Amino acid sequence: MMMFYWVSLFIVSISFAGLLFRLVKGPTVADRVVALDAIGVTLVSIVALLSMIIETEFFLEVILLMSILSFIGTAAFAKFLERGEIFDRDSR
Amino acid sequence: MRNSWREGRFSIEILVDILIIILIGTGVLFSAVTALGLIRLPDVYTRTHAASKSSTLGVLSILLGTFVHFWFKEDIFNTQMVIAIAFLFITQPVAGHLIGRAAYMTGIKVAEETVRDDMGTAIEKRKNNQQEELENE
Repeated sequence: MMMFYWVSLFIVSISFAGLLFRLVKGPTVADRVVALDAIGVTLVSIVALLSMIIETEFFLEVILLMSILSFIGTAAFAKFLERGEIFDRDSR
Repeated sequence: MRNSWREGRFSIEILVDILIIILIGTGVLFSAVTALGLIRLPDVYTRTHAASKSSTLGVLSILLGTFVHFWFKEDIFNTQMVIAIAFLFITQPVAGHLIGRAAYMTGIKVAEETVRDDMGTAIEKRKNNQQEELENE
C-alpha cells in the first residue's frame, strides 16, 4: 500500500513539472494564470498524498487553507486582467 | 488505533484498500491528463477547459481517497477534508470560468481550428441592446 502511495506521488509530481513548463513558457498572461490555478490544485493533492505517506493528520489543515488561497488568487488575477485593478472604490 | 470489531475480519481491510486504490488511481490519472492537456492544447480557452474539469475531478478523487484512508485505517474523521472537498468542487469550475472570461475580454485570439465563437455574438448583442436603450431614453 505504501508503494502505491509513493508511485502516485511520483506521477502527480511529474504532472506538476508539466504544469511548471506551461507556467514558464505560456505565451500570454492568461495561460500562466491557468497554469498557476492548476498548480495550486496539484499542490493540494501532493499534500494529501504526502500526509498519507508520512502518516500524520496535521497536514490536512493545509489542504483547506491552500484551496481557499488558490481560489482567491485566481479570482484576483482574473479581475486584474479584466479591469486593470483589483479593488475598485466606486461600486456601480 | 483500530476498533475491536474490525480486528477479526480482514475482508473489510481488503475492501477499504480496494476502494482507496480505485479512488486515488482515478485521481492520479486525471492529474496526469490535466498536465497533458495544459501542455498539448492550442489556446487559452481549451487549456482552461482542461484545467478546470479534469483537475477538479482528479483532486476530488485524491482527497476522497485520503479521507477514506484516515477514516478507516486510523479512525480519524476529519471534517476539514469534507469542507475542502465541497469547496474545491464549487470553486474550481468558477475559477476556470473567470479566467476564460478575463482572457476573452483582454482580447486574446482563439486558435485557428476554432469553428464557432458564441461569446463574440453575445457581446455584440449586449452592446446593441445598450445602444437601443440609450436611444430610447
